[in-house]
Amino acid sequence: MSQQQVEMKQQHVESKQLEAGKQKRKKNLVLIIVETIAVLISIVTFIIPFYFIIITAMKTGPEAARFTITWPTEIRLWQNIIDVFQARDYMLVTAFFNSTVITTSSVLILAVACSMGAFVLQRRQSKLIGWLTSLFLAGLMIPSAVVPTIWVLEQFGLFKTMPGIILVMVALSIPFCIVLYTGFIATIPKEIDEAAIIDGCDGFRLYFRIIFPLLKPIHSTIIIITSVNIFNDFVHPLYFFPGADNATVQLTLYNFMSLYNSDWNLLFANVLLITIPPFVLFLVFSEKIVAGMTAGSVKG
Amino acid sequence: MKVNKVYSYWLLLPAFLIYALLFLYPTAVSFFFSFTRWTLVDWEWIGLENFIMFFEESSLMIGFKNTLIFAVLTAGLKVVLGLMIAAFLTSQIKTKKFIRSVVFFPVLVSTIAVGITFKVLMHPSEGLINTALSWIGIDGPSWLGSPSLAIYSVALVDVWKGVGIATVIFIAGMMSIPKDYYEAHQIDGGTKFNAFWHITLPLSRPAINAVILLALIGGLRTFDLVWAMTGGGPGFSSDLIASIIYKQYQAGFYGLSTAGNVILFILVACVVYPVFKFLTRREVDL
Amino acid sequence: MKYLRKNWLFGLMVLFLFLLAACSSGDSGSETTSTGGSDNSSDSENENEERTVTIQVGNSETAQLQFEALAADIKEKYNITTKFDWVPTGGEGDNLVKTRLAVGEMADLLVYNSGSLFKALNPSEYFVDLSEEPFMERVVDTFQEATSDESGTYGVPVGTSLAGAIIYNKAVYEELGLKVPHTWEEFIANNEVVKEAGEIIPVIAPYQDTYTSQIIFLADYYNVHSENPEFAELYTTNQAKIADTPIVRRGFEKTAELYEKGFYNDEASSTPYTKGAEMIANGEAAHFPMLTSILPYIQDNFSDSIDDIGVFGVPGDDPENHGITLWLPSGLYINKDAEDIEAAKIWAEYMVSDEGVQTLMSVAEPVGPPVVEGIELPEDSFEAVKETMTYIDSGNVASALEFYSPLKGPNLEHILIEVGLGMISAQEGAEKYDKDVEKQAQQLDLEGW
Repeated sequence: MSQQQVEMKQQHVESKQLEAGKQKRKKNLVLIIVETIAVLISIVTFIIPFYFIIITAMKTGPEAARFTITWPTEIRLWQNIIDVFQARDYMLVTAFFNSTVITTSSVLILAVACSMGAFVLQRRQSKLIGWLTSLFLAGLMIPSAVVPTIWVLEQFGLFKTMPGIILVMVALSIPFCIVLYTGFIATIPKEIDEAAIIDGCDGFRLYFRIIFPLLKPIHSTIIIITSVNIFNDFVHPLYFFPGADNATVQLTLYNFMSLYNSDWNLLFANVLLITIPPFVLFLVFSEKIVAGMTAGSVKG
Repeated sequence: MKVNKVYSYWLLLPAFLIYALLFLYPTAVSFFFSFTRWTLVDWEWIGLENFIMFFEESSLMIGFKNTLIFAVLTAGLKVVLGLMIAAFLTSQIKTKKFIRSVVFFPVLVSTIAVGITFKVLMHPSEGLINTALSWIGIDGPSWLGSPSLAIYSVALVDVWKGVGIATVIFIAGMMSIPKDYYEAHQIDGGTKFNAFWHITLPLSRPAINAVILLALIGGLRTFDLVWAMTGGGPGFSSDLIASIIYKQYQAGFYGLSTAGNVILFILVACVVYPVFKFLTRREVDL
Repeated sequence: MKYLRKNWLFGLMVLFLFLLAACSSGDSGSETTSTGGSDNSSDSENENEERTVTIQVGNSETAQLQFEALAADIKEKYNITTKFDWVPTGGEGDNLVKTRLAVGEMADLLVYNSGSLFKALNPSEYFVDLSEEPFMERVVDTFQEATSDESGTYGVPVGTSLAGAIIYNKAVYEELGLKVPHTWEEFIANNEVVKEAGEIIPVIAPYQDTYTSQIIFLADYYNVHSENPEFAELYTTNQAKIADTPIVRRGFEKTAELYEKGFYNDEASSTPYTKGAEMIANGEAAHFPMLTSILPYIQDNFSDSIDDIGVFGVPGDDPENHGITLWLPSGLYINKDAEDIEAAKIWAEYMVSDEGVQTLMSVAEPVGPPVVEGIELPEDSFEAVKETMTYIDSGNVASALEFYSPLKGPNLEHILIEVGLGMISAQEGAEKYDKDVEKQAQQLDLEGW
C-alpha cells in the first residue's frame, strides 16, 4: 500500500465511524437484550441439570433415591464428600493420581505426534499419503479390539503397565487429533513454508519453529477435548490396566452403583468431584484458545 | 522433489507407529475373528455364518433406522447450534466466559450421571420438563417411555451433552481467522451479519468440515448415552446398530459382535466417504 | 528466545518418550523378581508368616461390607492379607471376567454368579477343583451342582440363596380383606379387588431397571419344574421350545395378562426399582414381582414397613401345589494360576465355616434359605424370608431355569418388556426368545443346535 492509499482509507474509516456512532446506542441496546436472552436460555437448558446433580450430591441416601428436584431437607454435602473419599480404602485418591498421569502423558504425546503427522499428511500430495489419510480416518469408524490389543501389549511387556495404557489411549485418540490438526494446518498458508525453506529450514526446524507455535488455538482445543475423553474413559483402563492398585476415576462411580442398591447421593458427590479437574483445565485452556487471536497466530 | 523432502515421513512416523501397532494391527486381527466362533481363547472357523446371523437379528432394521436418524439429527444440530454459539461467543459480549463454561460443562460430566439426570427431568408425570410444559397448558409426552419418541429424546440430550465440543472447535477455527479480514470488511462498510456470512463461515470451513465429519461418525457409532438412558428400550425401540453389537458382546458372542463391527464400519464408511469427498472438494475450491 | 523455548519443549517430549520406554522395561524387571519371590514363599509355607491373596469382587455396598469383614477375620486368624480388586457389576463386569480369564489376568480369588453364567466360563480351564476338599461336604448339593461341570466342582457359596417371587404388602391385604392366593386365578381375583378399590396399584412393573421384567417368567419356573421336571434337559438339547411348551409359555402369558387387565402401574418404563420398593413399602401398591434381595433396601430406607412385607411364590394352577423358585447365591472360585493356592483355599474354607457364615450374616441380613449345612437363620430374620422358609420346609421349591440349563438368551429382559407393555403378544415374545436362545446355543456350541 502506498502512503496515499493508507491515508485515504483512514479518512474513510473515520467518516464511517462518525456515522456508526449515532447508531451505536441503539445497537448496544439490542446487544444487551440478545445477551440477556442468551444468558437466560443457557441457564434454563444448561444450569438446571447441574442444579439437579448438585442437590442430589447434598442429600441423604433415601432422599436422593427419590430423585426429586426439591431442595434437600438436610444438607450433608461435606459428609458425602468425605464418604466418597474414604470408600474402598481411599480408592478415589489412587484413581485421581492414575487418571492424571495417564491423561497428561497421553495428551502431551498426542499434541506433538499428531500435529507433526498431520503436517505431513496435509502438505504432501501422493497416493501413499491418500492411503495413510484413509487409514487414520478409518480409526474413527472402528471400535478398538480389546483382546488382540492385549496380545500386542503382552509381546512388548507393556500390559498392565502405565506406559502400556498411555500408549493405548494415544493410539485410540490419534485419528481424532489427526483430523482436527489436518483441518487447521490447511488454514496456514503454504507461503510461510516456502519462505522458511528458502531461508534454509529443514522439515523438523520448519515444523517446530514455525508451524507448531502457529497451532496454538488448536493445541488448546485438542488438549481440552482429548483430556476430557481420556480422563473420563473407564472401559479401556479397565481392560488394559487391570489390578487392585490401578483404579481410574470413572471406575470409582461403581463404588456406589449396583443392581439392587445404589447410593445415589454418594454417586453424584463423586461425579461432582471427578468433574472438577477437567473443568479447571477447560477454564485455563479455553482462555488460551481466545488468547490465540491477540497473539495473531496466522498473521505472524 | 525438494518439497517432499521437507515434509519428511519421519515427522509422521511416531504417530503412525503407535497407531499401527496398537490399533491397526489388533483391529485387523479381530476382523479375522469375525469369521469364527470365538470364545477369546478358542476359535472355530465358520465362514460367513456370523454375518448371516447378524443380518437375521430381529431388531436390526429398527437399529438401522435409528442409527441414521440419530446420526443426522445430532450431527446437524451440533454443527448448526455450535456455529451459532461460537459466533455469539466470539463477538463483543460481556458474559462470554460464563456462557462458554456453561455450554462446555456437560462434556465433562460422566455419561452415567447425565443419563440419570435426564431420566429424572424427562419423567412423564414428575419430571421438570413436563411440569414446565403443563404451566403453559401442554400435556407433555413420555419422553423416554414412548417407543416412537425415545430415540429423539436421547438424540436431544446427546446434542446437549456434545454441542460444547463442536463449539470449542468452532471457536478455535474462528480465532485463527486473521483480524485483518474483519477490519477490511468493516472499512468497506459491511455489517456484522454480512461478516459472518462472507468471512467467518467460509474461512472456518476447515473447522466446520472437521466437526461435520467427527459428529457424523460419532453419531453413527456412539450408543453410550442410549445405553445409559433407555438401554435400547422400551423393548428394542431405541436400539442403535452399535447398541445391538454391544449387547452381543456383553452376551459373550465375540465373533458375532466383531462381525457386527465390520458391518457397522462398512456402513459408516459408505455414509462418510461421499460426505468427506464432497467437503474436501469444496475445500479445494477455496 | 522463542526458538530456545520450542527446543526445550521438544527435548522434554523426547525425554518423556525415553522415560516411558525405561519405565516399561523397569516394570517387566520387577515382574521377574516377583515371580522369583513366589518360589521362596512356597518354601516358607509351613511357617506362619504373612501371605497375600488377591480377590476380584463385583463392586457393591453389601459386597464391600461382607468381604472386608471376612478379610479382617482371615487376616487375624491366618495372617493372610487380602488385596481387593473392585470391578463393576452387571454386563460390563461379565465381560471383564471373561477377558481377564482369557488373557490370564485373573486375581487369585473370583466372586461371580453361579449357574449358567458360571458354566459359560469353561470352568475346568481356569478354576481349582474343590470336590475333594472336606469342607465341601458342608455345601448343599444344589449349590454344588450350580458350580460344577463334568470334571469338577469349583465354588463355595457367598451368602444365602434368594427367592424370586411376588412380594406383597400385608397391610394392604388386611385392609382389603385378601388372602394369599394359591392359584393364578386367585391372584388375578385379588388384583381385581385391589384395582376396584382404586388408589392402590395392583402390580408394580419398574421397567426402567430392565432386568425386573423377567421376574414373573423366571419365578414361574417352580410350576414348570413340578409339572415337567425334564423340561430343562429337553430344552438344553433342543428337543423342546418355550413357545411350544404350554406350561413354560405360561410365564410369558402371565406377564402379558397383568398388562391386559391393566394391573401394572402407569409409566412402567420410567419407574425404577427404588420407586417400586417405596410403593410396596408404603402400601401404594399391593404386589411386586421381585427377588428377595430387595429386602435389605426396604429395611434400610423404609424400616417401619419391613414387617408388612410378605412373599408368596408365583402361583400355578393347582391350589395344593404352591411352591417358590430360588436363585442360588454367587460363588467364590479359586484361580488355577493363583500364586498361593493354599491360602486361597483357606479363604474358601472360612467362607463355609460356622464363623465365616456368622460374619456374613452379621453384616448382611440373609435374604433366603442358607446353602451351608447346619446353618439356621437368625430369629429376627425378615418376615418375608421366614415365609420363604415355609415353602422350603414343605419341599415345594425349585431353582430357576438358569441353574438347570446353561441357556439364557441375552435379550430376555427386553423381550419381556415388549410383552409387559403390550407391544407384542405372549406368543410372539416366546417365539422371539426361542430365537434368541438359539443364537446363544450356537455360540456356546451345544450339541443338538
